[in-house]
Amino acid sequence: MPTLTIDGTEVTVEPGTTVLQACEEVGVEVPRFCYHERLSIAGNCRMCLVDMEKAPKPIASCAMPAGDGMVIHTNTERVKKAREGVMEFLLINHPLDCPICDQGGECDLQDQAMAFGRGKNRFDENKRAVDDKEMGPLISTTMTRCIHCMRCVRFSEEVAGVPDMGALYRGENMQITTYLEKTLDSEMSGNVVDLCPVGALTSKPYAFTARSWELKHTESIDVMDAVGSNIRVDTRGAAVMRILPRLHEDINEEWISDKTRYVFDGLKARRLDTPYVRKSKKLTAASWGDAFKAVKSKLKGVKGDQIAAIVGDQADMESMAALKDLLASLGSTRIECRQDGSAADASVRGGYIMNGGIAGVEDADYLLIVGANPRLEAPTLNTRIRKAVRHFGLKVGNIGNAEDLTYRVDEFGDDASILTAVLSGDHEAAQKLKAAQNPIIMVGQAALSGDDGAAILKATRDIADKYCMRENWNGFNMLHNAAARVGGLDLGLTTEGGVDSILDDAEAGKTKVVFLLGADEVNTAALKDTTVVYIGTHGDEGVKHADIILPAAAYTEKFGTYANTEGRFQRTIKATFAPGEAREDWTIFRALSDVLGNTLPYDTLDQLRARIEKDVPGFNDLDVLPAAEWGDFGKKGDISSGGIAPAIENFYHTNPIARASQIMADCIDARGGLVEEATGTNG
Amino acid sequence: MTTAPAFVWTAENEAAAQKHIAKYPAGRQQSAVMPLLDIAQRQNGGHLTLEIMEYIADYLDMAPIKVQEVATFYTMYNHKPIGKHHVQVCGTTPCWLRGSDDIIAACKKKLGVEMGQTTEDGMFTLSEVECAGACVNAPVVAINDDYYEDLTADSITQILDALANGKDVKAGPQVGRQTSAPLGGVTTLKDFASEGEGA
Repeated sequence: MPTLTIDGTEVTVEPGTTVLQACEEVGVEVPRFCYHERLSIAGNCRMCLVDMEKAPKPIASCAMPAGDGMVIHTNTERVKKAREGVMEFLLINHPLDCPICDQGGECDLQDQAMAFGRGKNRFDENKRAVDDKEMGPLISTTMTRCIHCMRCVRFSEEVAGVPDMGALYRGENMQITTYLEKTLDSEMSGNVVDLCPVGALTSKPYAFTARSWELKHTESIDVMDAVGSNIRVDTRGAAVMRILPRLHEDINEEWISDKTRYVFDGLKARRLDTPYVRKSKKLTAASWGDAFKAVKSKLKGVKGDQIAAIVGDQADMESMAALKDLLASLGSTRIECRQDGSAADASVRGGYIMNGGIAGVEDADYLLIVGANPRLEAPTLNTRIRKAVRHFGLKVGNIGNAEDLTYRVDEFGDDASILTAVLSGDHEAAQKLKAAQNPIIMVGQAALSGDDGAAILKATRDIADKYCMRENWNGFNMLHNAAARVGGLDLGLTTEGGVDSILDDAEAGKTKVVFLLGADEVNTAALKDTTVVYIGTHGDEGVKHADIILPAAAYTEKFGTYANTEGRFQRTIKATFAPGEAREDWTIFRALSDVLGNTLPYDTLDQLRARIEKDVPGFNDLDVLPAAEWGDFGKKGDISSGGIAPAIENFYHTNPIARASQIMADCIDARGGLVEEATGTNG
Repeated sequence: MTTAPAFVWTAENEAAAQKHIAKYPAGRQQSAVMPLLDIAQRQNGGHLTLEIMEYIADYLDMAPIKVQEVATFYTMYNHKPIGKHHVQVCGTTPCWLRGSDDIIAACKKKLGVEMGQTTEDGMFTLSEVECAGACVNAPVVAINDDYYEDLTADSITQILDALANGKDVKAGPQVGRQTSAPLGGVTTLKDFASEGEGA
C-alpha cells in the first residue's frame, strides 16, 4: 500500500491506484479530458499534468501509478503553466462556436478553459477544419470540435464491444470516424454522447432543442427493460427534452441503452389524452364521467368469473395493485401479468428474480445462459457481463440462439432439451457449473414462453439447486424483459393457463369483460367480441378492439414503484403531467371503484403503498437488493427438443412508447429495417 | 463497372505472411499487421484498397477499422494506384539545405507532373516525403526500395531517364563515395583502409 503526499496531505492508497485517483481521494481536483474511470487509460490529452518532486518535468497523473513516498503538488506555478499550455494547444484547433454548440453549458472543455486556461490565444493561423462524419440517427457530429481524447473509440471497443470506431490519418489530419461512416451498431451507442468532453458528438434528436440550464431535472427509473436503469429526465415545461443516465454502481453503472435514452419522443406521439367510448362501432371522445358510466353499464349482470385482466409490461406496482383490488371487488381474481406467456412462477420469490444481482455477475466465474439474449433484452446488463468476461475471468455458455453478445460464448446449441443432459450431469455445461466457484444460470423469458416453459423452469431450477448453490450464493438468475413483471409476480398476478386461456375464454364467450392495463403485446384479435376496457398511454395494439379507453400516465408522468429483474424496488418520480385528460393509473381505478359502488380503501398514494406493503414485504425498502427465499417451483415435464424462439425480435420496438417513437423507427431504418412493423405479439 | 478479382494471397506471400505471424505469441497475430500490409501492397502493385484491408483484418482476426487506422497512419502505405517507380523526394531540412528544391524541380521537369501525380504512361509517381533518414547523404530520393543519394539535378534526371528506358541504375551515393564515408576518400585509418576493406 503506497503512501504518498498530495499538496501536503498524506494518503495511503491501494496498489495500482493512479496519482490522479489518489488526488481524488484527498479531494484535489485534477482537470482531465481523456481519462475516464470506466475506460482504459490513454494519457493523450495531457491535461492532468501535476508536479512530482524529483521528477524533471510534470507527470501525467492519470497514467502514473501512485508510488510509495511520492510527493505531488497540484498547485505550483509550474503546474499552472503546464495546464495553461495544454489548454492553449487544445484550443488552437477548437472552434469558438460555443454559442451554437449543443454542448455549451455542460462542456468539459468550456468549464476547464474557464478554470485553467489563459483566456488568450497566441495562435493566429487558420484553424483546421474536419469533415463531419455520419454516425447514424442518434449521434450528431461536428468533428472540427474534436480534441482527440479517444473516449468514444475506447468506449466502443471496450464497453460496447463493437470496435467500429477509430482514428484515421495522423498528426493534424487525424480524424475520428466510424468504419466507413456507418451507424455505430450498438444498443449502447448513445453513451458516446455523454462521454464526449466537447461538442464533437452530441445527441441528434436533442440537437438545438434546449439549453442545459433551462431544463428541469427529475431523477427517475427507466422502464424500457427490466434492469431498472437509473435515469434523469430533463424536461422543459410539459415536454421531456431528453433522458440521461444516472450513476448506480449496482445496476447500470453510468450507461443506459439507446432505447432508454432516445425513446422520449414516443412520449409525445400517439398519446391517449382523453377517454373514449365505442358508440356504434366507432370510438368517440367522452368525459371521464361518461366513460365510467359506460364501464358500469357493461359490467351490469356480468359475474366475477366472467371478468379478467391483463397487465402490460410497463405498469407500476401501484396501478397493478389497484386493478387487482378493483377486480377483487367485482369478484374476480383473474389478473395476469405474463403477457408473453412465460411460465415464471409467482410462488417462490427466489424463482423469478436475479438472485445474484446484476453486480453479482462480476463475482461469478461461470454463466450459463438459457434462452436469453442479454444484448437485446438488457443491454446494460450485457455490458456488465462483457466487463466481467474482460476483466474478471467470467466464462459464458449459451443454450439457445447463437447471437453476437460482444464476448466469447461457448455455444451448446439451440435446443432446450440439452437441459435434461445438464441436469443429469452428462453435459459439458454441468461440469463447468460444478467446477465453478460462483456459477450462474440465467434463464430468459424466451425459454419459458413455450409450451414446455414450466418444465424448462423446473429443469433450470433443479440445475441451479444441484450446481449453483454456494455459501451466500444463489446462482439462479431469471432475466425479465418487462419492467412490470417482477412487481406483477410479487403481487401474485398469475392465473392458471395464463394469457392464452384468457384469450381463449374471451373468444369462446366465457369471459365477458377484459381489462387491459397497458397490455399491448398480446394479440387482441381474440377480444373482438368481448368488452375491452383499455387503460394505457398509447394508441397501440391494446386499443384496437377496446370499447372503453381510459387514458393513463406514462412512466415519466407518475410516481410509481417498479421491481427490477433483481427484485429491487425503485420509484419513478413524476417529471411532467400526463397529456390532456390522462390520469395516473391508480387514481383511475380508485375513481372507477367509486362509480361502481365499491370504493377502494385508499385515497392517497401513501395509503395505497401501505396496503401493498402488507402483501409485498419490503415494498417500501427502496433500492435494496433483497435476499429472496428459495424453494421448489416449475413443473416437472418433458422438454421438447428444438430451437428457442427469441423473446425480442426487434430491440427498438418492444413497447408502445418505443413503437410511437420516430427516433426508434429511424434506428431501425438505419439498420436496414429489421422488421417492417411490430406485430404486437412480441414472440 | 468491372469488379476486380477478390484479393487473396499468392502462395509465396501467404508463406511470408505466416512467417511474420509466427514471430508473435499465439493470439497476438495482430502485431503482424504492418508487414502484412506491406506484402499485400506489393502484391497489389503498390497500393492498398479497402478490400485488401478488410482481407487482412479478417486474416488477422481484427476489426477492419484497426487495420485502416494503421494503413492511414503510415505514409508508406499508398491508397491510390501509383506508377511503376515511386519517386519519393525528401524535402526535410537537411536535404532542403543541400538543394532538395533543385531535385524536386528537376523531377517535375523531367516527369512533367506535379507532386502526388503519376505520369501518363504509369511509370512514375512523384511524392515529397518527410525525412528519409539518410541526411548524411543529402539530398536523397527513394525510388521504390532503393535510395539514391548525394544527388544533383543532373544525376536525378539521368536516373529517371535510365529508369524510363528500363536500364539498371546504381543505387546509393551518386558521387563515388562509399556509403556514408567522407567525401573525397578516407581521412583516418588510412593504412587500414589501404590494406583492407574499402581499398
